[in-house]
Amino acid sequence: MKKLGLFLAIIMLIVSSACALQAEEMKELTWGGDSEGGFPYMFPNPQNTDELIGFEVDIVEALAEQMGRKPVYVNNAWENLIPGLNRKLYDISINGLEVTPEHKDVVNFSIPYYKTYLQLAVRKNDNSIKTLEDCKGKKVGTLKESFAQELLEEVGDIDIRTYNVEANTYEDLANGRLDAAFFDHPIALYSAGFNPEIKFVGPEVGELEYAIAIRKEDKELLTEVNKAIVALRDSGKLREIYDRWNLWTPTMAAEFNDYSPSKIEASRYNEWAEAHRPHLTFAKRLDRYKDALPAFGRAAIVTMQVSITAMILAITLGLTLAITRVFAPKWVASIATLYIEVVRGTPVLIQLFFIFYGLPSIGVKFSPFWAGAIGLGLNYAAYEAEIYRSGLFAIPRTQWESALALGMTRWQAMREVILPQAVRVVIPPITNDFISLLKDSSLVSIITMVDLTKAYGQISATYYDYFGPGIIVAIIYLLLGLPFVRFARYTEKRLAAVDKDGKYGHRENIYRSSTRYI
Amino acid sequence: MNIENKPLIVVENLCKGFEDGEVLKNVSFTIREGDLASIIGPSGCGKSTFLRCLNCLELLDSGSISIAGVTVSRRPGQVPDEKMLDIAHEIRSEVGMVFQSYNLFPHKTIIENIMLAPMVVKKQGKDEAYELAMKLLDKVGLKGFASKYPSTLSGGQGQRAAIARALAMNPRVMLYDEPTSALDPELVGEVLQVMKDLDAEGMTQIIVTHEMKFARDASDYIIFMDNGEIVEYDDGDILFTTPKSERTKAFLRHFVNTGVA
Repeated sequence: MKKLGLFLAIIMLIVSSACALQAEEMKELTWGGDSEGGFPYMFPNPQNTDELIGFEVDIVEALAEQMGRKPVYVNNAWENLIPGLNRKLYDISINGLEVTPEHKDVVNFSIPYYKTYLQLAVRKNDNSIKTLEDCKGKKVGTLKESFAQELLEEVGDIDIRTYNVEANTYEDLANGRLDAAFFDHPIALYSAGFNPEIKFVGPEVGELEYAIAIRKEDKELLTEVNKAIVALRDSGKLREIYDRWNLWTPTMAAEFNDYSPSKIEASRYNEWAEAHRPHLTFAKRLDRYKDALPAFGRAAIVTMQVSITAMILAITLGLTLAITRVFAPKWVASIATLYIEVVRGTPVLIQLFFIFYGLPSIGVKFSPFWAGAIGLGLNYAAYEAEIYRSGLFAIPRTQWESALALGMTRWQAMREVILPQAVRVVIPPITNDFISLLKDSSLVSIITMVDLTKAYGQISATYYDYFGPGIIVAIIYLLLGLPFVRFARYTEKRLAAVDKDGKYGHRENIYRSSTRYI
Repeated sequence: MNIENKPLIVVENLCKGFEDGEVLKNVSFTIREGDLASIIGPSGCGKSTFLRCLNCLELLDSGSISIAGVTVSRRPGQVPDEKMLDIAHEIRSEVGMVFQSYNLFPHKTIIENIMLAPMVVKKQGKDEAYELAMKLLDKVGLKGFASKYPSTLSGGQGQRAAIARALAMNPRVMLYDEPTSALDPELVGEVLQVMKDLDAEGMTQIIVTHEMKFARDASDYIIFMDNGEIVEYDDGDILFTTPKSERTKAFLRHFVNTGVA
């Protein structure tokens, strides 16, 4: 027990120090983006996965410098960028956000910083497709629920295949599973521009404008940002960024009214193309995985911190709930029952969203860490409570009676006879629950935390490789859970010791015995 | 019968019912110090409930129970208060109870089972409790089993350990709820012998039993219950040979026919 206490104390120390690390002053410009937003917008640097790079990162840095502020990055899932903005997680959001009527209803947009179009790509040797019209009767891949998908549907008679991950689309195009791929030009360029098997065809289709999202009430900030964008455009700094990333297109030339030839080498694009040309050697892959290990390590610590904090909360609250259900007056007990039913009956994902994005609207605001820990803790408390309760009821009534018959008070009987037996019953399921909590903690990745699961997404998107990192992250999860699995086995064995030489060998696997129960 | 001795247990107009009806109807009787009384009767007649009422595992509905000077009484419809529960607890500490299924604590060794209540309830020191427990184990013939766990004992050994556990609280009365019903026939004798020994030492005991021979031979008197009432009680031999009530006759005939009594 003493060791456990020490262990908990150390964990709490880690947790609290992690929370204290945030405070720092100066005039900041906090900006929200998704590190899995994808290339070339923003993505972890393949050479150093801690560093976020991308043409939008460059734009934000230039913008902040122009405004005399210090940029501070806040990570969030792409589909939550706008809710996160209104929840005041950051001042501005930039990550390929398109100016759409739905978006305009809830936030303001700066003047666009980039304009692009949709790009059709086919196999090098395929001359049958030149325009969207030629795609009729063919298999075309695109991004799920995107503007591109809408356009394809308008053409009609196309076999549309939608994808979540761009890279897979171009792989399928190269190996003949698709006849064409239809994506935003920057994505197409960074997915296949360097692929000798694929060529881009047809005219520019559609018009996409990316702009910076700012809260409706922040009128001054909007003006400030717009001024800065104009200044960056006029000074040629924006053009430099686009050149470096090989994103200066005729569309942009027309937009900026600047038809001069590029003076800067497309260094960023070339790096990318070099790193992503097909057929990496196995050794090179291994090297990359090694580079990614520190990032996985840090993410594993986050996963452990969230899980352990949540578990402490779950055990404490669960015990309270169970005691209330069993011992409190009926109407109080029914409140505990209601809590348990509601929490068990709704998805934990919804609960996390509600706590993180919902509660701030009534003034209750948690940091992502505490929102995650509290959300998971409240959820698991309901399950813990049921385990404790069934543990108490697993002890036969006759044990309670004989303790009372020996003259013990109810509390003495509980303490000396019931609880020691109940604890033995509940430790294995509690340990199991913790292992399951460890895995459920992957859900905190949706509320901006970089835990193991998030790290997997980031690193895989960076390397274009979901295989190796997937195995690594699975191994880390297994290793994290292992001590608890061992602990469960150990306690089971300890329990078995009591019955060891008894005639009721409960723990023996009677089902496998080949000689005895025939 | 020890007519010269003082009454130790006095029950008056004891009534007890559950959701599905009345179980005990106006039961009254007296037991003197040092008596060994057996309660017999068909199953479902209320014998066990009667015993459980005596040590307040079931709180009586109305009537009064007085054990060794401690009295719990209740008027019909009276809501039990803290004080009544305190008295119930006080009565329990004067009464030892042995159950059909022994109910030893499986997470403790035999000696720990016996030491637990004296240490927790009476705040006895460990050494004192140990000494007492060893003495009691010796008495029930289990000296060599002190550090065994209950699951390793035979039924007869388990029941004797349970008796030792109850005796450790130094009760004024011992109650046995069908103590031999769960035992293999060859193990019954060793348990009954312990009760006979206790009787010889002057312990007051009440036994709910189906062992007619034991009831007849060892009891100071026998109580025949049927349908929640005490139909008759008398010296063992008298009740068996010349029962007054028709119901007693019918019940005993069954046993005579099967050759038990």
